[in-house]
Order: sequence, then structure tokens, then C-alpha cells
Amino acid sequence: MKSVVKQEVLALNGDEAVAYAAKQSDVDVVAAYPITPQTIMVERFSEYVANGEVETQFICTESEHSALTACLAASVTGARAFTASASAGLALMHEMLFVTSGCRAPVVMAIANRALSAPLNIHGDHSDTMAQRDSGWIQIYVENAQEAYDSVIQAFRITENPEVMLPAIVGLDGFTLSHTLENVRVLPDDAVKKFVGTRQFTTVLNHEGKPVPFRLDPENPTTMGPIALPNYYFEFKRQQEEAMKNALKVISEVNDEYASISGRKYGDGLIDPYHIEDAEIAIVCLGSTAGTVKSVVDELRAEGVKAGLLRLRTFRPFPVKGIVKTLENVKAVAVMDRSMSFGANGGPVFQEVRHALYDSSHSPYIVNYIYGLGGRDTNMTQIRGIYNELQQTLKKGRVENLVNYVGLRE
Amino acid sequence: MNSQEKSWKEISPAGVCWKPSTQFLTGDWKTYKPVRDLAKCTRCLLCVIFCPDGAIHWKPEMNDIEFDYNFCKGCGICANECPTKAIEMKLE
Repeated sequence: MKSVVKQEVLALNGDEAVAYAAKQSDVDVVAAYPITPQTIMVERFSEYVANGEVETQFICTESEHSALTACLAASVTGARAFTASASAGLALMHEMLFVTSGCRAPVVMAIANRALSAPLNIHGDHSDTMAQRDSGWIQIYVENAQEAYDSVIQAFRITENPEVMLPAIVGLDGFTLSHTLENVRVLPDDAVKKFVGTRQFTTVLNHEGKPVPFRLDPENPTTMGPIALPNYYFEFKRQQEEAMKNALKVISEVNDEYASISGRKYGDGLIDPYHIEDAEIAIVCLGSTAGTVKSVVDELRAEGVKAGLLRLRTFRPFPVKGIVKTLENVKAVAVMDRSMSFGANGGPVFQEVRHALYDSSHSPYIVNYIYGLGGRDTNMTQIRGIYNELQQTLKKGRVENLVNYVGLRE
Repeated sequence: MNSQEKSWKEISPAGVCWKPSTQFLTGDWKTYKPVRDLAKCTRCLLCVIFCPDGAIHWKPEMNDIEFDYNFCKGCGICANECPTKAIEMKLE
């Protein structure tokens, strides 16, 4: 690609990569509260503020609930707002997650994915963000620190698109990504500033029937989200669903446009398949585990096994069409979940992938593997074991166990 | 559902109000309405001050107050605060 700009290589862990992306994205307000394994993001960003490297208003709040509330308030005035959290911090934001998406405030939040108590555990899994999957936020799960950097920059463009106007979470696996040093290629400051641009506002009718920009502005007063009774609430929720549908297209477009300046592309922005075209057996997963799976796919391919991987980059909006299309020739699928939905007969990723395939003309064997809870490591041998079991399923012609646990002592 | 009401495609996002609150009549929420005994009322205007909805207006041209039943929700605070017990809450 000719227009790809020259990039510097920095040694950054995932949290630092996120902070660096936020620094370059011309953010007006950051309100945050530290929590492991997200703390480094807030620490680094506060250093940028202290050093005068950014013009951002940095607000140290007394809780995560207040951090998101401050970001929401800033965002509805037209400011670009960013925050970060994890685990219990995200759980404490629960109420305000719905208010933020309901107010159509394009807040961007990085989450260093971590387990939820009890028992207390600071390590990586997807329990925190999966528990918020119905809160109306876009959810992007990244594979490495490079993608964390790229996705935070992209998230501002996605959320602020007038057809979307929804907040977004960029999730990176706690410790595996948040605390692991990587070579990260970073764009020059001006390239990022140009890419994210400035916020554009759609026009809405205010209480006087006058068209005004969709933001709180003393010159053009509006009242935003005060109350909607049974005769209107439902209509506002339907609008949010439409915005999620629009996000499917916008995420892909932003992924393409970003590729044209950075040279980096993550599938179509929604799904990122690996050796899936002629695959007979495939794993579907999110996040950093995809890196491990790719190494196993390489080994199996060298042995002549037709193994593939489908990494879901977005969980919200859920890329149904891409999943159905990509898995249309696969005979057996293993869906990996790094969280549990207790009593639901499988994890959330499994439920939704299986649901997506129900209307497909093609119906592969499909099984669920719960793995890596509370930061438990999942290695290549275990991933190979999953592919072996998929081969056994094909041989036997039936699924032995629908829901399986990886690396759990029985 | 009222056919005058707009579809999800027609309304502004995020619950932005497209009409003033004065056009959103809330008076039909009430069960009890305040009724005044004119003989007992001293026009002290405490009810005007205490009404949480601004639904009691002072009318200087009439030298009197007026309940706005389009917005009175029947909370009874006026009756409770009235020093001469001139306001009675009556079942509508």
C-alpha cells in the first residue's frame, strides 16, 4: 500500500499501547479509576497530562461509577471522552453503561479483561465484559498489544460515526496482553489526529421544534434522555438496535481505511479467519488465545490436517453473516469461551455462534470448550487436544459432550 | 397506542425532547385533587412556594391563586403545608 505512513516501533505492553493510542487520539476528557490489570493505562495517561503532552482534562474520580458518569457528561457536551477499567470496576459501572449507550454517547473504554470475585482473582478471563454484553456497547476483543493500540484509535471513528453513536469497549486479555511487552508499531501523532478527526454532530429537533446539533450546548438548549414512558421507551431501544446494525458496516469501513494508512488489517474488522477456506475442523475464539490457536493450526497444517480458526473481533455487534459464511464448509466447530454463563448450557460465545448457525443451510457439529478462567493458562497441547476431539467427533458421527472444560481437574 | 405517536424512525435519538414539558400533561396521574375552602384561605402563598411541580399559580390580576390541574399530580403537599387547613384532598 503506497500511502502507508512510516511508523516507529516502540516496546509497549498492552496497557501502555492503549494509553499511547488515547494520547494520540485528541481526547478531551479522561475520567478513570485504577484497577488491576488496567492501572498502567491510567498511570501512563496521567503522566502524559502531568508532562503537558496532552491537552486532556484528567479527572480522578472516587469510583468507576463516577468515572463513567463524568465521561458520559463530557461526551454529551460534544467532548471526546475515554476511560478504562476491568472486572469489579466495570461491574460497578453497570448502571451507567446503559445510560451511556441510551444517551448515544460515543465514549471509548479500554477493558483489561479480568475475572470477577468471589473468590478474588485479578487474572485474565472474559467474565467482566461478557456480563455487560447486553448493555448496548460495541465490544471489540483484541489479539495482541498492536491490535489494542490500533483498535482504540479505530474505536473513536466507529463510535462517533453519526450512523452509530454508540459507546465501545476495547477488551484486551488481562496480563496476557495488558502486562506483556511487545514491539508495537505506532503511527505519527499527526496521522492519528487526522484519522480520528473532530467530532461531527447530527441535527436533532429541540423542544421548540428548532433543528440543533445533537449535543448539550447553552447556545442551543436541548433536553436529553430525561424520561420515556411506555408510549416511547420501546422506540428508543429499537433505535439502538439499528445503530448496532449500522456499526457492522462502519467497523468494516474503518478497518479498511485504517489499513490504508497503517498497513494493518484485522480480517473484515468483525471476524478474522485463519486457514478457514478449506478447513474441515475449526476453532472459534476471542482475544489473545487466537495467537496460540494459530500456532497449532500451523503445526496441524504441516501434518496435513485441515484445521482452521475463526477469531471473532467484535462480539457486539455480533457478526452473524460473516460467521455463517465462513463456517459454511466446516464439518466440526469448537467454540471457546473464557467465561461461564451458569446454568445456560454453554458459554455466551458458544450460545451465539450456535444460534447464528441455526438458520444456516449447513449444520456442522458444534461443541463448547470453557477455558482459562481466572487466568489459567491454555497451552498449545490443550488446543491440539480440542482439534483431536473434533476429528474424533467426525469419525464417530456424534457429539460426545456438548460443553467441555479445558485444563480443569476433574 | 395513539396513532398520532411517532415511529422509531421519526424521533430524535437518546430521548431528546422535541416538545416542551408544558405540552406533556401530567395532571391525569393524580388520584386526589386539592380543593380550597375560600373562606379559610388567607392568600399567604405558602402552597405556591411548596408545590414541587409549580402547579399552583399566583394570579395578581385576580389577587388570588389558581390550581393548574393539568400538572397537579395530587401529592397533597399543599394541603399538608397550609397553615389554615384551607386545602382538602378529594378523591377525583
